[in-house]
Amino acid sequence: MQNQLSDAGLRDDLMTNDELLRQSEEMLDALLRAIATGNFDDIYATEYETITDTLRDISITRARQGFSPRETAQYVLSLKKAVVEVLEQERSDDYITLYKESTSINTLLDNLSIVTFETFIKGREEVILRQTDEISEISTPVIRVWNGILALPIIGTLDSARTQVVMENLLQEIVNTGSNIAILDISGVPAVDSLVAQHLIKTVSATRLMGAECIISGIRAEIAQTIVHLGIDLSNIKTKATLASALQLAFSMTNVEVRRIDKNVGLRGTR
Amino acid sequence: MDRIPILKMGHFLLVTIQVDLYDRLALTLENDLISMVSQTGARGVLIDISAVSIVDSFMGRILGNIASMSRIMDAETVVVGMQPAVAITLVELGLTLQGVYTALNVEKGMELLNSKMDTNLEQEEDEEDQDDRND
Repeated sequence: MQNQLSDAGLRDDLMTNDELLRQSEEMLDALLRAIATGNFDDIYATEYETITDTLRDISITRARQGFSPRETAQYVLSLKKAVVEVLEQERSDDYITLYKESTSINTLLDNLSIVTFETFIKGREEVILRQTDEISEISTPVIRVWNGILALPIIGTLDSARTQVVMENLLQEIVNTGSNIAILDISGVPAVDSLVAQHLIKTVSATRLMGAECIISGIRAEIAQTIVHLGIDLSNIKTKATLASALQLAFSMTNVEVRRIDKNVGLRGTR
Repeated sequence: MDRIPILKMGHFLLVTIQVDLYDRLALTLENDLISMVSQTGARGVLIDISAVSIVDSFMGRILGNIASMSRIMDAETVVVGMQPAVAITLVELGLTLQGVYTALNVEKGMELLNSKMDTNLEQEEDEEDQDDRND
């Protein structure tokens, strides 16, 4: 049996590059050691620990490298074909032994491929989770547009988790910079429903509690329509259509004036 | 029993809360502060809560009470230096402290109180300012 597997291993290795060769050798060694104990059924037994660990490593690496599921599964399943072929040659005279041995090797390899697959999917999910975190991190930048004025462009749908991040970032930045005014630009928010409006109102209230004023800008025509149709009361929140007009309002609130000098293109704020 | 010191600065009263407020302490503060307002005829109360990291609905209500009581006695209340976590908690609790003025730090709070004093002298501007603030 050991000879057969080594043969099979060679065959498997022929179609791989150096890195894969190393991986396969490692895996085959572990598999041989496990099989030598005579246990063919229980892949959760201690003798299979090495091989399941190796397989997990391989699948996680492959998931991160962006291999397709087919390629990863093929890695274990290709072994099956090789082993069965070798078995066929060696046991051509004894069909009953051939059948029994190929069944047990099939079951074993199937179980191992399930392990591979589980780990592969877990690896991919980790990648997705990390990306989600990154997206929520980079999608809420707080920009200091002027001394004492912060702007926070929101792009994408606002849900409770996102609002929490937005609110925390904004409030922390208000403390850090000692800003008086925060402009919340929602031109990148595709739709506003009552829940999103609720979140916006919460953010504005929290900013106000901190001692800063909050202006909401970037309200498009269709969003204004939805808000009125939903009967949401934004009357005690300062709203502006564009970021430019919100900035204008912020300037007038902080007694800053922007005016053109000469005929040259050049804007300068005077304090 | 512990008491929170109330300092008088000109027309204003200054309260700096440096410890975590438990209910009895908050009630004592409310009593002390209101009697101080009536004794000194203060025109403004500045409460610094920058060291407070935990807040509950009771504390939020006490702040609201102090503001309402002071206003009846013709003194404005400014709460300054609220921590982001505290602000989020209060909003989640649904306590937006309507009628309480807020400022980022003691300096800005003092500025706000001073501007209130100025505008109080000129009645018309005062009304406008109130409208602005209530917006």
